[in-house]
Amino acid sequence: MKLYNRGIIIAGIVVFLAAVTFPFWYDRGKTIAPPAIELDTPAIQKLADKRCVEDTAFMRDNHMKLLASWRESVVRKNVHTYTSKDGRVFEMGLTGSCLKCHENKSRFCDRCHDYAGVKPNCWNCHINPEEVL
Amino acid sequence: MNMVFSLLAIVILIFIAMGGAAIAGLKPVFFVVIPCGAFAVFVAGFIHRILSWGRLPVPFSIPTTCGQAKSLPWIKCDYLESPPCTATVIGRMALEVLLFRSLFRNTRLYLYDERPVYSSAKWLWFFALLFHWSLLVIILRHMRFFIEPVAPLINGLAAIDGFFDIAIPTIFLSDAAIVLALTFLFLRRVVVRELRYISLLTDYFAVVLILCVAITGILMRHFFPVDIEEVKTMALGWVTFAPYVPKEMSALFYIHLLFVSVLLAWFPFSKLMHMGGVFLSPTRNMANDSRMSRHFNPWNAPVKVHTYEEYEDEYRDKMKAAGLPLDKE
Repeated sequence: MKLYNRGIIIAGIVVFLAAVTFPFWYDRGKTIAPPAIELDTPAIQKLADKRCVEDTAFMRDNHMKLLASWRESVVRKNVHTYTSKDGRVFEMGLTGSCLKCHENKSRFCDRCHDYAGVKPNCWNCHINPEEVL
Repeated sequence: MNMVFSLLAIVILIFIAMGGAAIAGLKPVFFVVIPCGAFAVFVAGFIHRILSWGRLPVPFSIPTTCGQAKSLPWIKCDYLESPPCTATVIGRMALEVLLFRSLFRNTRLYLYDERPVYSSAKWLWFFALLFHWSLLVIILRHMRFFIEPVAPLINGLAAIDGFFDIAIPTIFLSDAAIVLALTFLFLRRVVVRELRYISLLTDYFAVVLILCVAITGILMRHFFPVDIEEVKTMALGWVTFAPYVPKEMSALFYIHLLFVSVLLAWFPFSKLMHMGGVFLSPTRNMANDSRMSRHFNPWNAPVKVHTYEEYEDEYRDKMKAAGLPLDKE
């Protein structure tokens, strides 16, 4: 059957295809490895028991919620200690606890955050330990 | 009844997704086969629908106008409401597609003193606009999962969308807006008696399905976080043709992904095709130029005519003999 207004219909379909297949063109020929975060900071190497506050799977999914609850606990409730699920006690604080071990922001925090297009607002107040040196 | 069945369809989809989440062996099906298949159906179905519409002839010049047509030079022409040429048609279409101008004209009929009265009704226009623009922003924001490195434009859009920096992770304005708008669009079909009467199963299904996509997304962002690094690696696997099956994912993610897949696969067969169809509405995309150029009906069969010249040639001798006047001697 005849296609009416052939030019404009084909042009429209080309625009549609270009829009929906945009990621295919953008990523063509790339082999993208998931981000590798570096955990071998001097502080971590010194630890006898290389464990974070909670287990890795929990931290991967929930670290932002944990940090938010820490902030609220310290700033609003004046509670400064956190007891993890396995009973260990930590001082709540990004600079005071997290960054003591994970002092390599650019090779730890940023690796995943850049990959996922996330811009956390931690650094509006906290100082990046790499910049202190 | 239609509403109940559409909600039932949603519940069945949730059970399918939860079943998939419970059986680890089905991961490749839910994370590769279904999403990729749905995308293929979406693209092929969309193009098929457009081509099938492109094959339909438009027999008459039928732009619906609501303004002064181009006429004598001292009569002011309403270029956007009665476009006389292609450029003004583009202007009119842009208003229609980007700002839903015809919905803006929506009126409500009610009885006042037993007399019918029309009044302006902008709610539908407002929430429809809010919904569509939010959906666009959300789709563009999701590009962060499909492109590496993430384009600055996408990060910038997310920054504007999360401008108020409320809570951690930041609440996106488009997320709040789309839930609000879809809730309105759904309740409108439930509460208004006349609309409930004419609403079909698919009318409810479209709204509820997109609402469920939005809600599961918000739940994953703010309440039950998932490992988005795994999610992005999987999404990149699709677009680089190197399928990747993520590790443990929550049932919520299965549900979100299945809803999106169903939405994509169903899209070309549903009224959601107005996404492409809006550009092909003859009442909107034709110029009101029927007094300047003739619109030919493509259906017209070739008509065999016998012109006067041919008639005269055929009967010249007889006409001459009878003394009739001739154009050509």
